[in-house]
Amino acid sequence: MKKELSPEVVAVEKHGAERSHLIRILHEVQREYNYLPEKALRNIAAMMDISLVDVYGVATFFRSFSLEPKGKHMVTCCMGTACHVRNSGGVLDEAKRHLGIEPGETTGDMLFSLETVNCLGACALGPVVVVDDKYYGEMTPARVRKVLKKVAEEEGRGQDDQD
Amino acid sequence: MVNLIIDGQSVEAEEGWTILEAAKYYGIDIPALCYYEGLTPTSACRVCVVEIIRGGRSRLSASCSYPVQEGIEVRTNSKKVKRARKVIIELLLASCPNSRTLQCLASKYGVTKIRFRSEDRGCILCGLCVRMCEEQMQAGAIGFVYRGVGREVAMPFHTKHEACRECGACLYICPVCELPCRGPMQPGELCNACLDTVQLEAFPCKD
Amino acid sequence: MVKMTRIDSPSALEHYRRAIKEKRAKYVKTVSVCGGTGCQAHECGAVYEALRAALDENGLAKTVELRQTGCHGFCEMGPLMVIQPSGIFYKKVSPEDIENIVEASLKGNKVVEELVYEDPVSGEDIKKESQIPFYKKQKRLLMSMNGKIDPCNIEDYLAQDGYSALVKTLFEMEPTEVIDEVENAGLRGRGGAGVPTASKWKAARKAIARDGIKYVLCNADEGDPGAYMDRSLLEGNPHAVLEGMIIGAYAIGANEGYIYVRHEYPLAVDNLLVAIDQARELNLLGDDILGSGFSFDINVSIGGGAFVCGESTALMASIEGRIGEPRVKHIHTAEKGLYQRPTNLNNVETWANVSLIINQGAAKYKRVGTKNSTGTKIFSLVGAINNTGLVEVPMGITLREIIYDIGGGVPKGKKFKAVQTGGPSGGCLPESLLDTPVDFDRLYDVGSMMGSGGMIVMDEGTCMVDIARYFVDFLCDESCGKCVPCREGLKQMLYIIEDITEGRGTLEQLDLLKELAEVMRDTSLCGLGQTAANPVLSTLEYFENEYLEHIKMKKCRAGVCKSLITFNINPKKCTGCMRCRKACPVGAIKGKKKEAHIIVQEKCEKCGICFEVCEYKAVVRK
Ligand SMILES: Cc1cc2nc3c(=O)[nH]c(=O)nc-3n(C[C@H](O)[C@H](O)[C@H](O)COP(=O)(O)O)c2cc1C
Ligand code: SF4
Ligand code: SF4
Ligand code: FES
Ligand code: FES
Repeated sequence: MKKELSPEVVAVEKHGAERSHLIRILHEVQREYNYLPEKALRNIAAMMDISLVDVYGVATFFRSFSLEPKGKHMVTCCMGTACHVRNSGGVLDEAKRHLGIEPGETTGDMLFSLETVNCLGACALGPVVVVDDKYYGEMTPARVRKVLKKVAEEEGRGQDDQD
Repeated sequence: MVNLIIDGQSVEAEEGWTILEAAKYYGIDIPALCYYEGLTPTSACRVCVVEIIRGGRSRLSASCSYPVQEGIEVRTNSKKVKRARKVIIELLLASCPNSRTLQCLASKYGVTKIRFRSEDRGCILCGLCVRMCEEQMQAGAIGFVYRGVGREVAMPFHTKHEACRECGACLYICPVCELPCRGPMQPGELCNACLDTVQLEAFPCKD
Repeated sequence: MVKMTRIDSPSALEHYRRAIKEKRAKYVKTVSVCGGTGCQAHECGAVYEALRAALDENGLAKTVELRQTGCHGFCEMGPLMVIQPSGIFYKKVSPEDIENIVEASLKGNKVVEELVYEDPVSGEDIKKESQIPFYKKQKRLLMSMNGKIDPCNIEDYLAQDGYSALVKTLFEMEPTEVIDEVENAGLRGRGGAGVPTASKWKAARKAIARDGIKYVLCNADEGDPGAYMDRSLLEGNPHAVLEGMIIGAYAIGANEGYIYVRHEYPLAVDNLLVAIDQARELNLLGDDILGSGFSFDINVSIGGGAFVCGESTALMASIEGRIGEPRVKHIHTAEKGLYQRPTNLNNVETWANVSLIINQGAAKYKRVGTKNSTGTKIFSLVGAINNTGLVEVPMGITLREIIYDIGGGVPKGKKFKAVQTGGPSGGCLPESLLDTPVDFDRLYDVGSMMGSGGMIVMDEGTCMVDIARYFVDFLCDESCGKCVPCREGLKQMLYIIEDITEGRGTLEQLDLLKELAEVMRDTSLCGLGQTAANPVLSTLEYFENEYLEHIKMKKCRAGVCKSLITFNINPKKCTGCMRCRKACPVGAIKGKKKEAHIIVQEKCEKCGICFEVCEYKAVVRK
């Protein structure tokens, strides 16, 4: 039986093994796995002939990369200046308290990951929270809690339906 | 040959030398931590800053990578240099209070107290070990990971990596892995014991 | 679409352009629906689809041209729709409104009153885009195109006479003449520092490339949090940036280019890639452009979420596939830049200005702006302001005009406190400096800087010490961590400011803060560390009182610094509705129904939710 090629092999073959493609390759690999597994980074280093510590260094330097698996729902709070002056700090605090995790972490049930970002370019709507690509504008601590509760409820109901 | 002035003396230097090299050649001492002969300079520690006056404008620059230029004036000990150097040593000490190298630098350059919050992190991120491992040992086993205040020197995934041959070159070159300064001081304080010793070598108590 | 073919002479391009224009003559009306990021957040996609279906249904598809464009700038009011030639402007359009719009404005020539913009100041209805105060004082030389073209269709750009500057450059001008023109126009870099563009081009032109390769780069990293001008240019009008780069490459003698875009801008990347493909197909990019003998091609490189990668040498390291760590620039990047070859880097907006200069000529271009700052500048006007969005203004306009005449002032009757420009490298200016003109040198003189275009307005609800803390905290994480004054300095700076915001600060610490700031400025390796203290220094200079209040009186007048505030319930106002009790996430509120509630101070985490939910204003923040 033909074995399927791993995402990192596909990405390196697609772009080539020159070092200048490293960041793009990491992006593509992360899109497939939803994070950067150690094995993939080792393969990339070997295929591109870059020392592993350099690949690891790049993967930890840039904020868009994660070495941990992400939860099913991504909650991203904007911490840009425009959002900050409209109390995005309070919104983030409430999201942290409600989910019981810090930014960069994932809940134990792998349902939510919390992230912060510095400006999404939607400053007119600030404070902005993005949950799975949906933008929520003019957030307040109370409103973000509602949004998160709703997502969790839908999740619960979704599971009931399947039962 | 390039003509320049260092601390009031007119000197000649070879094309391609850095200011640090030229100063050393003429016996002028400039402290340097992340510089090591034979390794690519990265100018990260900024302890070696000197005042460079060029075209009437003065600014501080890292001497370990600044190439000598015709007609510039260099001051290695001006008021501006001393003040900046002291704060930088102070910042370094706050991150590695037990380093003997740093304690000696503090004594030598008149840093008598640390006004910043001290936290011993055991590494000043000078990167000598990283360059040693890559450039001299051709191993590339360790490197910088993360960024900003979270930057570290580590092996990939923070576990022992097969590229490391345990040659020990990184330990040899590290300015903070040595035996700590023996004092006399309380933890978190400055030793300053070598202050009275007038004639100091670069790192006086290293042996 | 007219069939895309390789075009190999200026006359063939003109021929092609004419064909596009003729084909379009049949349309009697054009509807532009904004598809920028702000409007997408307001779900403009559904509006566009509904309108398209309605046009088909009503048999209007042949006479009404429908176009999804890039950002128009007035994101606050999105989704936006503009109908040409009448210029009717609709705000906050939803799919349900489409039927009315088709009937009234597309079949007929009437206006749907509910969708018309009402001026919050005068209360008047304003039907046309050009008459809206938000747009009136602007000078939209670059941005106006965004409303007229579909970024994914090169024909739209050509129909607006796009690439005519390129033809003029390649066939009528010597490279040095191009540089002279840009020099005479007085163009200064829009990426922050305002370096004269021509002097950079000259240096790169003069530099000797050992293997003949030189690079031209475009900085689309846009790291300033709270700014999105470059994003909207790239998303809405990518060909203007490409055209500028090709012209610049010709002037410098470069054959390869890179656009470095931040990863957070997926739509910009997509539109850019489409634009590059289309330009290549028409032979506007690639080998022997338009048969001129000049070859130049562009790659897109994507960042990974790092502010420092906006710095020139860090950006180059990142393109090379390494960590975005700056290096010393004792030898300029014009001589040794990307891959150690001669390199010229300019910002997105700088590149977008180039074709304008070539088309209009330096003399006309220079008529807008001040003596040393010519042309326009785009700002993203955000924060405590009535009209949020992108504004393009002539240089020399005062901050006051931007904030009050275009932005409509501070909302909810609050008082203006400060305006921040220049992002993490810039400063906060108080009310007394609002008459400062927008000009590279004047802003620098008062301790701020033009920056790349973020303009954040703050009202009395913003604590200036907290703003300083915010930027220092941002930079602690965004610094690359290489050099000591920046990495360790920022960290210590944060400790000191946190001491102040948490009520432990001392007056001696203020002196230490200033001393540290100076050393960071003088000895840091790159621009990030050299300017990192600016937000601290400018707030210390203009809002020292607030620092002193925090230190001496343990008071935060804006009610932002948690350690210095308390929440209490005024029993006279409290109705015992239990709203706050239910809302408190830590169960700190006690009280029975219909009786006054109290807050248990030991438990309160000061999240302010009770303050937010109480309908009787019974919760007091002090
Ligand atoms: C820390 C740092 C971040 C920067 N970020 C950006 C940026 O996001 N966009 C930009 O165009 N320039 C940025 N710059 C300025 C660039 O280094 C460079 O000067 C500019 O892109 C040159 O283009 P210009 O001459 O057209 O302004 C940054 C500089 C520093 C030091
Ligand atoms: S471990 Fe030692 S040599 Fe390596 S970076 Fe840290 S201080 Fe420098
Ligand atoms: S301020 Fe917040 S934590 Fe405190 S009592 Fe009110 S709701 Fe609870
Ligand atoms: S600051 Fe939050 S979207 Fe820009
Ligand atoms: S020795 Fe020059 S910066 Fe460290």
